[in-house]
Amino acid sequence: MKTNDLIIQTTTKVVFFIIFLFSIHIFFAGHYTPGGGFVGGLVMSSAIVLLMLAFDLKTVQDMLPVNYTVITAIGLIISLLTAAGSIFFNVPFFTHVYDYFNLPLLGETSIHTAMFFDTGVYLVVVGVTMNIIQMIGGDE
Amino acid sequence: MSLIFAIFLPIIIALVIPFLFKKVSNIHTGWFVLLVPLALVFFYGAYIPSVMDGNTYIEEFSWIPSLDISLVSYIDGLSLLFSLLITGIGALVVLYSIFYLDKEKEKLGNFYVYLLLFMSAMLGVVQSDHLISLYFFWELTSISSFLLIGYWYTKDRSRFGALKSMMITVFGGLMMLGGFVLLGIMGKTFSIRELIDQAPILAGHEFFVWALVLVLIGAFTKSAQFPFYIWLPDAMEAPTPVSAYLHSATMVKAGLYLVARFTPLFALSEVWVWLVTGVGLLTLFWGSVFAVKQTDLKAILAFSTVSQLGLIMSLLGIGSISYHVTGNLMTTFTIATFAAIFHLMNHATFKGSLFMIAGIVDHETGTRDIRKLGGLMSLMPISFTIAMIGSFSMAGIPLFNGFLSKEMFLDATLSLQHFNVHSLESWWILFPIVAWIASVFTFVYSLYFVFHTFLGKHKPELLPKKAHEAPWGMLVSPSILATLVVVIFFVPNYFSTMFIKPAVAAIQPLAYQVPADIGFKIKAWHGFDSPALYMTLGVFLIGFILYKTIEKWTPVYERIPAKMSLNRFYDGLMNLSDKGANRLSSSYMTGSIRSYLLYMFAALIILLALTMWIKDAFVMDLTYLAPIKFFEVLISIVLIISTLTILITKSRVTAIIALGAVGYTVALFYIIFKAPDLALTQLVIETVSVALFLGAFYHLPKMNKYENRKLDHRFRLNNFLIALGVGIMVTLIAIASHSQKLVKSISEYYKETVYSEAGGGNIVNVILVDYRGFDTLFEISVLTIASLGIIGMITVRLSKKKGDRKVEDK
Repeated sequence: MKTNDLIIQTTTKVVFFIIFLFSIHIFFAGHYTPGGGFVGGLVMSSAIVLLMLAFDLKTVQDMLPVNYTVITAIGLIISLLTAAGSIFFNVPFFTHVYDYFNLPLLGETSIHTAMFFDTGVYLVVVGVTMNIIQMIGGDE
Repeated sequence: MSLIFAIFLPIIIALVIPFLFKKVSNIHTGWFVLLVPLALVFFYGAYIPSVMDGNTYIEEFSWIPSLDISLVSYIDGLSLLFSLLITGIGALVVLYSIFYLDKEKEKLGNFYVYLLLFMSAMLGVVQSDHLISLYFFWELTSISSFLLIGYWYTKDRSRFGALKSMMITVFGGLMMLGGFVLLGIMGKTFSIRELIDQAPILAGHEFFVWALVLVLIGAFTKSAQFPFYIWLPDAMEAPTPVSAYLHSATMVKAGLYLVARFTPLFALSEVWVWLVTGVGLLTLFWGSVFAVKQTDLKAILAFSTVSQLGLIMSLLGIGSISYHVTGNLMTTFTIATFAAIFHLMNHATFKGSLFMIAGIVDHETGTRDIRKLGGLMSLMPISFTIAMIGSFSMAGIPLFNGFLSKEMFLDATLSLQHFNVHSLESWWILFPIVAWIASVFTFVYSLYFVFHTFLGKHKPELLPKKAHEAPWGMLVSPSILATLVVVIFFVPNYFSTMFIKPAVAAIQPLAYQVPADIGFKIKAWHGFDSPALYMTLGVFLIGFILYKTIEKWTPVYERIPAKMSLNRFYDGLMNLSDKGANRLSSSYMTGSIRSYLLYMFAALIILLALTMWIKDAFVMDLTYLAPIKFFEVLISIVLIISTLTILITKSRVTAIIALGAVGYTVALFYIIFKAPDLALTQLVIETVSVALFLGAFYHLPKMNKYENRKLDHRFRLNNFLIALGVGIMVTLIAIASHSQKLVKSISEYYKETVYSEAGGGNIVNVILVDYRGFDTLFEISVLTIASLGIIGMITVRLSKKKGDRKVEDK
């Protein structure tokens, strides 16, 4: 039996981007306001889950052809390298630095190595959550 | 050749023995081995003249300098006597074994390696001045003895005997190690000589008696004293050269050596005197009485060894009384030590020869059962002569050395009357009486051993082999020993100056400076006024009557209930520890996770409650409490209701949804308590986990009939109590810890520096990625591992690969 999922599919196409942007927002805002890599990652994966609910695993896999295990690995490596980078500058492991830059469009912005670390967290969380859901969902 | 090298020489030679056995197959390996003890006999023999003058030699090899552990070889009269016994009898035993063991049928490589290992170990025991190295060699004797007893490892009895001797002697060895460690703690040194120097100070120490008892247990187990003697009769499954060497002349005397060596240290305690004397006499009595019961030649000899070791032990005990008396009495009691060493030497000679004769009889007739033997005198005249010399010496009949030491023994027990301590005035008489009865039995079994084997009617039909005299090579060693038995009787004082006096001077350093101080002379004839003479005559008379009527009274032994036997006790103990441990572990290792959780939580409650109670830790302080708000009460009620729903619901779905409710309520709490990051995370995580629970629930298989009943919450009182207990304990601890905040929180620092140092505004996130990013790094690693684990569990299913065949169930 083929069900008619038109409403949910159409809504999803809109809502997905809203959730995606929200996830990006709370990821970047994390250093000053509530949020951060962890929550951002979770929200991101919930957006993908919504896609999976509206369509199906196969379609989503075609839409977003990513291997989440690789995403996890990349995230872990980014975090580790950020943490390890400090030892090249003769400072203890996990020493962060930050400075303020005048960026076009954004104006004065702080760039903080902690953000790179948080990017790693974000990717790991997305990778892990999606891996689990995909695995369990795809299993018969 | 240095002293320490001499100790290790047998082990070094043992390394090449297997090659010799493999490569040189036309010469019996024993001939090569024989060179080792012979060389050592001459090496140690060269020390005799100098040691006779009271000189001592010491050589040290630092083994573990940082722990002050070294191998110290110390040669004085006592260790020299033992070293000569070990190497001398070792040489004779090796010679005997060359003819006893067949070079084609036996694994001679193994045999001689074990034997040489044992020889080194034994030399190490008697020459060590360092307690730890003494213990090291002591255990090496246990191990090599274990290997030798189990030499014919295809026989059940051999393995049983080996295991039994191992269990008992290693038990004693470990006890002894405990004693040694206590001594080391007390004296701050492991050197025996240094410990002896401070003996009077140590005697007042609270550990002194403990160390004494532990060391004695070690000595008693090794020397087969009551009640630890039970391993010795079972060790008779070893090849006869081993029995002759280990279980008559050397290893069993390691305990005696230990007692003798520690006498100057421990004799200051009366506990020592009475334990050594009492256990020695009891062993003497017990061993001699039960030797008559035995029907196996080697078993008779084993029991007689036990009994003779008891005799020497009791003499050492009486000898240590000399530390408690002064003047002439001191001399009276030191004579007991003299007698002990003298008998130790005599025993090694006659018991060694008797064992070899038992081996010859076994070898030439095929049986050791005394009921099948008889009338071998005309067939094996030389063996008979040697056996008679040995037995008569053991019985204490004149013209043989056993007579001299037996007389001295009886004298020594009588001398106890001069030692008036405590209420001993009337009790001392027991000792000579027991000794006398034991002597009577010794007389009986000695005659029984020799005459039942060699006299009477020959029963060739019962024998597996046709009896004939042994080859000359087998007779050489027992002949030498038998000759010594007679020679020692005629010139005892010659041997005494050479061996006994230096040894006694080592045991009794207070009484004698140099061996020449000992003016005592051994006399065969004491005159008619000596009470020992009449006791000896009584032994002969009563012993002879008992021997003649032996058929009449031996059935008495059958009357002794089998349950009383110590072997039964040992077997029972082994069984009990085996089965008991099994039953114990199967009683609590149920395999059910439910019961393990029960133990864990019960332990948690008990430990926490005890700690709280002992430390009086419960405090309730309301000053720091914040005012309670309406919302908090409301959400708490929701939380409690949903929690109770989980507990009492009959349906799984309800439980999962109620769990979700709990999660969202907690998220609400986070909002109220101003933790927006937590609230966000909690909300998303709760959603994901509830979804996972629902997915899992959907797939739950019907495992057994209980699964059908949805959630089966049968009420179990102990579960309820445990749960209640854990809840109460945790609550109490939370209240108590909240009420006594001893240290100020460090969060002020975060608040102050979050912008200036870390360039951030969200303290929580800055802590996560900056202040304490290390935790986060590993938490994301945990997440990765979890996801990889799930991938592994779902995709890798080896057991369900095609077909029925099960492949690797993982």
